[in-house]
Amino acid sequence: MIRDITIGQYYPSKSLLHSLDPRVKLMGTLIYVLSLFLFRGPAGLAAVTLGLIALVWLSHVPFRYMVKGLKAIWVILIMTAMFNLFRTPGEPVVSFWIFRITEEGLKSAGFMVVRLSFLILGSSVLTLTTTPNQLTDGLEKALRPLNKIRIPVHEIAMIMSIALRFIPVLIEETDKIMKAQLARGADFESGNLIRRIKAMVPLLVPLFISAFRRANDLALAMEARCYQGGEGRTKMNPLKYTGRDGAAYLVIAGYFTGVILLRILL
Amino acid sequence: MSIILDKVNYVYSQKTAYEMQALNNINLKIQDGEFIGLVGHTGSGKSTLIQHLNGLLRATSGGIYYNGRDICEEDYDRKELRGKVGLVFQYPEHQLFESTVFADVCFGPKNLGLSSKEAELRAFTALRSAGLEEEYWYRSPFELSGGQKRRAAIAGVLAMKPEVLILDEPTAGLDPKGRDEILDQVAAMHRELNMTIILVSHSMEDVANYVSRMIVMNQGSILFDGTPQEVFRHYRELEAVGLGAPQVTYLMHQLQERGLPVNADAITVEEAKDSILQVLAGKQQRISQENFLKDNEKKL
Amino acid sequence: MNFIEARKLIFEYIRRDEEGNVEGILTALDGVNLDIKQGEFVAILGHNGSGKSTLAKHLNVLLRAGEGTLWIDGKDAQDEQYLWEIRRSAGMVFQNPDNQMVASVVEEDVAFGPENLGVPSEEIRNRVESSLHSTGMLSYRKHSPNKLSGGQKQRVAIAGVMAMEPKCIVLDEPTAMLDPNGRKEVMNAVERLNREKGITVILITHYMEEVIRAHKVYVMDRGKVVMQGTPREIFSQVDTLKSCRLDVPQITLLAYELRKAGLQVPEGILTGQELVEALCQLY
Repeated sequence: MIRDITIGQYYPSKSLLHSLDPRVKLMGTLIYVLSLFLFRGPAGLAAVTLGLIALVWLSHVPFRYMVKGLKAIWVILIMTAMFNLFRTPGEPVVSFWIFRITEEGLKSAGFMVVRLSFLILGSSVLTLTTTPNQLTDGLEKALRPLNKIRIPVHEIAMIMSIALRFIPVLIEETDKIMKAQLARGADFESGNLIRRIKAMVPLLVPLFISAFRRANDLALAMEARCYQGGEGRTKMNPLKYTGRDGAAYLVIAGYFTGVILLRILL
Repeated sequence: MSIILDKVNYVYSQKTAYEMQALNNINLKIQDGEFIGLVGHTGSGKSTLIQHLNGLLRATSGGIYYNGRDICEEDYDRKELRGKVGLVFQYPEHQLFESTVFADVCFGPKNLGLSSKEAELRAFTALRSAGLEEEYWYRSPFELSGGQKRRAAIAGVLAMKPEVLILDEPTAGLDPKGRDEILDQVAAMHRELNMTIILVSHSMEDVANYVSRMIVMNQGSILFDGTPQEVFRHYRELEAVGLGAPQVTYLMHQLQERGLPVNADAITVEEAKDSILQVLAGKQQRISQENFLKDNEKKL
Repeated sequence: MNFIEARKLIFEYIRRDEEGNVEGILTALDGVNLDIKQGEFVAILGHNGSGKSTLAKHLNVLLRAGEGTLWIDGKDAQDEQYLWEIRRSAGMVFQNPDNQMVASVVEEDVAFGPENLGVPSEEIRNRVESSLHSTGMLSYRKHSPNKLSGGQKQRVAIAGVMAMEPKCIVLDEPTAMLDPNGRKEVMNAVERLNREKGITVILITHYMEEVIRAHKVYVMDRGKVVMQGTPREIFSQVDTLKSCRLDVPQITLLAYELRKAGLQVPEGILTGQELVEALCQLY
């Protein structure tokens, strides 16, 4: 189940989208998400659909690989669709027992499903084409102005990248501890909820202790390598805009204006 | 009473890009009361193998028989098996979680469904066998030194009263004295509790000093299986797979090449010393004999 | 002047109870003296809890002594203002290879140190390349550290320190968690740095085999330096080493036993070759 979620997983390739500056992609994703909530009517739908097709095509990531990401949220999709289907007032099309399906309900359920699934697909294009490090670098640089209102942007980005570094380590550690406790006869699978929660203690206590030990070690190691926070730091590969990033910004601006115009005019 | 592995195969992440054959047609018979050293470089399949022995991993194909019953069968009670075949993982002290050492050691026996009195009795004996002094029993495990923590963790498995005890590198990270103490303790458990011991180790010296049978793994297969003396005769093949022989074995081979008739099968310092002394004492004797004969000739 | 000079270093861990009253004092360093020259390969031996790791942390100013003086590269380690300069000239590699890597890509991790120092980007790229090259890890530059073996991870950690261009590298039990092959890889990398680049190496360990090629050995026990000398001098005192919870390499032990049994074998034999020669002369 967890393995099936494609959000947050990088798909290595050399496409145009892969080579763009992460800030452009962050901005693009933001605009695309906004456009999903702005569009109205079939023309708008056509615009966002075309936008998505273009993104998927440009990313060189197989479409079925992306669709896997939807698997994780199909329950939410169905629930939202149902809610919209039955709870929207208006002209009834079909009605049985206490349920009434209205034309408006059909429409809004359809749009909601489109919005949500496009949202997931659109944002997974970002994570599929951007390495976690590029993403944190991009966020750090894009959000730098927030430093002025005392938001520790560098520290947040550092925490994110360390978390990404240690997630696989801790997953492996969990597996190891679990096996060791199983070897001592522990049972993580049977019994009622309370028993199962109690059964987690022999797993969680060592896991937390290990995480703290690692954090402590890492802090020492970072200090030994002269880490003193973001001030005065340089980057091996600083983010630099190129011509194609500028062009991409123009395309994004054009797309956004188009969607807004469609909304106003139609 | 024995463990038999019959054509055991294990494939990791089957049908994915990461598919890897971790065990390749393993046939093995382990008798009661053996003291076995399992060696192989990292990734040779030895960790995978030991996890099969107590049912933590299930063979992709083949059979594993514990006392005549196939543990891969659906209705086999794997929990009971884990009580019979105790597995001490690497750095076992990282799994301690209770507020006192004693409570932690009780965890295993309680999982077996024993009463708390019975569990405590077992914990008591186990801590004794693991050689942890009584003054540490009621302390938090986190106040103990590295060596003491390790003993506490080993006691946690011993308290299950296993018939077979598997230890995955029990001396990792310990200093030389701590290493010897733990290994002596393991040898004592083998002797006094009559347990079958499987010791996974990277140290050829340790294996040579303690075990009576040695199994060498490479790329998921068994490369050698025999007494340490037999196995270390293949020291060149062992080197080819990233292992080797104890330092003294190399020395004895070098001495033999230089014409000293020493015993090249010596694998411990003690054996090497005895053999060298014998050869050199023989030489001394020969010299004094020659001198005696010369003297006689002169006299004549 | 020596690169590192320590005089009567004392460091105490003070354990307090919940109210802050002193419960116990552990003297981790008890009057330690060190004299280490630029370019030397020095090993510090000692059992777990002998104070050797505490000493290592002093050399990187992760800890400061309560008493005594410590000079590193001509700078007073007790003086706050030299903190970063000292850390830069004496880099440190730790025991656990996993817990000292910051980034999810090898080359980005190596770049972490120079980035902290504010080195220009172009120069960072050069340094990353050359230090990965000198530890033999260049072909792994784009890899994730999670997929590397322990020995490879430690070599990346060493490269990470090298990229800061230090004069000295302090390794705190760098091989304790590695298998024999990993141990060899790391030791070869360290020795090459010492030999070819003239980096001062301070190796803290309890593996006797790693000490043989050192220029000088210090043995610690209960916070004190109890022995010092060349490996040969140290390994000729088998009984003293054993009383410090240490042992000697098998060859040295065998030579020692043979000497005890009355054979005329020289003292402090370190390698198999030496022992073979000595025994062949007797035959």
